[in-house]
Amino acid sequence: MLPGLLWLGLLMVVPCAIILVTAFYERGIYGGVDWSVATLANFVRAGEWLYLSIFLDSARIAGLAAILALLIGYPAAYAITKSSARHQTALLFLAMLPFWTNYLIRTYAWIVLLNPAGLINNFLQLTGVTSGPLPILYNEFAVILGLVYNYVPFVILAIYSALQRLDPSYAEASRDLGATALTTFWRITLPLTAPGVAAGAVFVFVLSIGNFVTPDLLGGGKLQMVGNLIYDQFLTARDWPFGSALSVILIAVMLLLLFAQALAANRARGEGRSHA
Amino acid sequence: MRKAYLALVYLFLYTPIAVLMILSFNKAGLPTAWTGFSTEWYGRLLESPKIIAAARNSLIVAIVSTLIATAIGTLLALGVERRKASAGLDALLFTPMIIPDIVLAIALLSFFTLIKFTLGLHSIILAHVVFNIAFVCAVVRARLKSFDWSLTEASRDLGAGAVTTFLRITFPLIWPAVIAAGLLSFTLSVDEFIIAYFTAGAGQGSTTLPMQIYAMIRFGVTPEINAMATIILLVSFVLVLLAQRFNRASVPGAA
Repeated sequence: MLPGLLWLGLLMVVPCAIILVTAFYERGIYGGVDWSVATLANFVRAGEWLYLSIFLDSARIAGLAAILALLIGYPAAYAITKSSARHQTALLFLAMLPFWTNYLIRTYAWIVLLNPAGLINNFLQLTGVTSGPLPILYNEFAVILGLVYNYVPFVILAIYSALQRLDPSYAEASRDLGATALTTFWRITLPLTAPGVAAGAVFVFVLSIGNFVTPDLLGGGKLQMVGNLIYDQFLTARDWPFGSALSVILIAVMLLLLFAQALAANRARGEGRSHA
Repeated sequence: MRKAYLALVYLFLYTPIAVLMILSFNKAGLPTAWTGFSTEWYGRLLESPKIIAAARNSLIVAIVSTLIATAIGTLLALGVERRKASAGLDALLFTPMIIPDIVLAIALLSFFTLIKFTLGLHSIILAHVVFNIAFVCAVVRARLKSFDWSLTEASRDLGAGAVTTFLRITFPLIWPAVIAAGLLSFTLSVDEFIIAYFTAGAGQGSTTLPMQIYAMIRFGVTPEINAMATIILLVSFVLVLLAQRFNRASVPGAA
């Protein structure tokens, strides 16, 4: 296992450590990094409204994407578990298949569908729903749609495995005691699959907030998220230390969320055991 | 009701892909309105030296990084599964899957710049192995959860060395999972864009297919992209389908 640990250590841990250190220095005169004086200036600058608002926008967009992906994914995962055992594998595979294909292409497909002369606008005008093309591309709507589309499979998988672990006798007991299907779902199934819901939501949020391709292609350059901001600092503004500081903040936010989710999952597991 | 909802979700998942594929056979240059069947755009792809070069680069990167990652990732999975569970180790192996691509991309660029490493196809390969190790390791570890370790213990007790035990006992039992991991790793590498973009260096010589597609998309929607997208999607579908087959075959009783 040594080669694997060395590879990850040298080409992941060390580069991330370099980013962490770079964040505390200033940009050199010709780009690059001026290693002479350590400073907190990059972090102070990241707190300016211009950048803070991009972080808040990103969090809002990622949050909306996570909620929508859950609203679409949970019922889908639930429906899959209610299918026959033979169909379940195939349905789950079909749900995950797009996830394994090219992210750029999956995102590009929405440009084809949403553009003013695209299929959706053509259809809406042909059926007389709208008289002119709707501005549904290159805005926040398109970005959120793209994120939801790309990450719904993830949610379906997370919820499906949570539902699989669920002991069906709980729901049966609830029904036997006279609860309706809806009450059983709200009071028994949903609370017991909460860890899966949290895992799915956190993953979508984390993958969305640091996303670069979706806001870049579907936001049409008008919409900036943290990922684009970091990209610009490295390739356009050539302020690597500031870009590094933004990355450090992004990672810190993600770690906090993942940690909270792991903590909640552990607690849920502990409670499950004490009830048993 | 249940079936109708599922149908709607799958419609949502597959309509964009299907529309792309259909429009790739569209005769007119306009990629959004149907004007007749044609395979002209596929022909155009083959005539573009840029696209051919990018496809060749992507294949080199994917094949080499997959071979390295599959070997290293499998050994890593065996090592990890034989040890006591360690939260730190799990976190390390989980990081490449969850870290934003853009952050890993700039981190690697900073690292390569700092050690004055020349960028090119080889640096993309080094970078791709990072996330591929994690995915290979995850797939092989899933297989090892149902592995009967007493078989390797018996082999060692009977005097076989570690290498012989791996070649004669372990590998013959887990190879379908290793192949599945390799296929998925290849798919991920062929499709990866942003890390390759940052670690390719300035030259045109190391442009990969996703980088070429990105440049074309920024230029506008064209039928060539649709045709190329269709080929790439179909290749991914076949590889993932194969991976699924191998993976199911690897777990006894699940086939």
